[in-house]
Amino acid sequence: MNQTDTIQYLDNKENKTWRFLISELKPKTKIFTAFNIITLPIILLGLGLIVYRFRFGLEAVTNLSQDVPWGIWKAFNVVVGVAMAGGAYVLVFMTHVLHIKRYEPVLKIAVLNGLLAYVFYSAALVLELGRPLDIFNVIIGNDYGVSSILFLVAWHFMLYILCLFLEFSPSIAAWLNARKMHKFLTGITLVAVVFGITLSVLHQGGIGALFLLAKGKIHPLWYNNYMPLMFVIQSVFGGLSLVVVVVAISWKIFAFQLTEKMIKAKDDILVGLAGICSVGLFSYVFMHIIIFVHEKYFAYMGTGWGNWYLLEMIGLVILPMFLFMYSYKTKNATMVIVSSVITLMGILINRLNVSLIAYNIDAPVRYVPTWQELTVSLAIILIQIWVFRWIILRMPVLRNGPDWAKGH
Amino acid sequence: MSLNRRTFFKAMGATAVALSVGKVSTASEAFSDNGTELNGMLYDMSRCVGCFGCEYDCAEAHEAEMPDIPRNPPPRKLDETCRTVVNRHETSIGMVAFKDQCRHCSEPACTAACLTMAMYKTQEGPVIWREDKCMGCRYCMIACPFDIPKFEYKSTNPKVVKCDMCVNRLAEGEIPACSYFCPEEALTYGKRSDLIKEARTRIIENPDTYVDYIYGEHEAGGTSWMYLSPVPFEELGFNMKIQKKSFPGLTKGFISSIAPVDLLLPTFLLGVYQATKSTSTITEEDEI
Repeated sequence: MNQTDTIQYLDNKENKTWRFLISELKPKTKIFTAFNIITLPIILLGLGLIVYRFRFGLEAVTNLSQDVPWGIWKAFNVVVGVAMAGGAYVLVFMTHVLHIKRYEPVLKIAVLNGLLAYVFYSAALVLELGRPLDIFNVIIGNDYGVSSILFLVAWHFMLYILCLFLEFSPSIAAWLNARKMHKFLTGITLVAVVFGITLSVLHQGGIGALFLLAKGKIHPLWYNNYMPLMFVIQSVFGGLSLVVVVVAISWKIFAFQLTEKMIKAKDDILVGLAGICSVGLFSYVFMHIIIFVHEKYFAYMGTGWGNWYLLEMIGLVILPMFLFMYSYKTKNATMVIVSSVITLMGILINRLNVSLIAYNIDAPVRYVPTWQELTVSLAIILIQIWVFRWIILRMPVLRNGPDWAKGH
Repeated sequence: MSLNRRTFFKAMGATAVALSVGKVSTASEAFSDNGTELNGMLYDMSRCVGCFGCEYDCAEAHEAEMPDIPRNPPPRKLDETCRTVVNRHETSIGMVAFKDQCRHCSEPACTAACLTMAMYKTQEGPVIWREDKCMGCRYCMIACPFDIPKFEYKSTNPKVVKCDMCVNRLAEGEIPACSYFCPEEALTYGKRSDLIKEARTRIIENPDTYVDYIYGEHEAGGTSWMYLSPVPFEELGFNMKIQKKSFPGLTKGFISSIAPVDLLLPTFLLGVYQATKSTSTITEEDEI
């Protein structure tokens, strides 16, 4: 793409805040690109369906039933999506807590990706609530169901979105030329970081713990007592895999914003992340072997579900583990991207198995999402990508911030 | 960015808040939290003739739509229009009727799942759903091992429909409608411990009539609604694989780990932050 960096900042001396914000709303890139032409109709249709869902109830657009109360919005956008948004806390941990400078160039984009993912996946969650207005009961204390895993997940979710916002906020302050605010927000980053990591570990595990209560309903191959731990491990390599994919795409699309140093850093970062992912996948495989023996899974081998399980384990977990190792050894960045995509597929399949495919397998009618549900699911992700692009074209995420904000 | 005393104390304060949120509630099998003995129902399937009368009485007591039951009804399942359903099963000894409804577990999975305490175990025994609290997440439906809560998907302001053991009638000193109106006295309402004794007595006195098992005495940690059957429970489609331990116990370990993690992990992270801080200035340049 042949573009120049057209970034501008608010000039507060002339007191033009509103004019600046309105001018920033205008598109900065070509409007009629193939991506826009394909995605805009899907987004509009999705928004229409959301209005329809609130006007006529869940039955009107979804295939949810008394046997399958959680559909694709929860299973895909929340249960799968949250694992893939885990890259933010892992990178924040390495950069801010361990002081590893190597991954700093991709930190902001990972945090932004995490922030948007959480905001939009919460929206998907609200869509599937039968009584969405009553969601405030959890906040105002009508009542606090403190012995509920979902209560833990809800609160850790909300607080983590706040932490992610605080972690990203210096970029917003730089864009708005708010120097004092920038200094303040940068100062409290460590608090947001420390609590963000803690909240992440607990709600990532919490999503796994949600399904502990569904004992007897999930096929034994996907139900085990270690689910909370397995979900946390998944969020480490799954989150980083998504960071790899996001970085690979962004470094192409937004290349005009990048400094030489950033462009050069990419391959080294991807290879580094491949190392972490392969170790993460190794511990995941090892845990699965222990579970396999412990829960006597051998008895299920040879059945249809057993084959489905083996396909997931060998094709989408063990294979990318070796691919990551290989690409780390040979410093092959392209191979890292391929392994990441396979790993993400593995997480997608595994979590859909837990929450949908292997859930309530005895139900007389299998749940198949309607086209409306799929459209809304897709539209949510596309809107997220649009907002992501809007922010990157305006705020210092990939390129350097203004001179006064140097060092952060 | 540096860690000074103030940031540290700020961090510790927030941890204390998080800690106070993560307590675990427990209940014993036969008694509620304050020691009141739980009430329950004993349903004797050898007495039930499958007249479907309780379905009508139930609908009337809950001011719900009257069920439309054909002459020889096909097997029916609970749904959002009814709180109880009776099915006649052809078994090895002929027709046996089985009435299904909420089992009112002593330690219910649904109340452990509910994040607003909309599903609530009352002191007397009934598990009720409270409309003013529910946000419609349907986690109770995922959690319930007996698949009891049903949801009004058609509505824009949906309710969760399930048996509430006629909690309103109980408050007026009456007994649940199904038990009150049952012509065969198949449903006995009373203290749970008394009902277990009564059930044992019936089994001992009529060993030929009953299978020597009280379904619900231990299932899911014990339920308030218990069943006596003249045929093996499997023949009537009862789920015999349901664990005998209570379901909230499955998540207890995780829940009790929340508070320590919320407290200790930030402390640990701050420690790591400080420990790795000085070395970072040395390696800063040669990393990239």
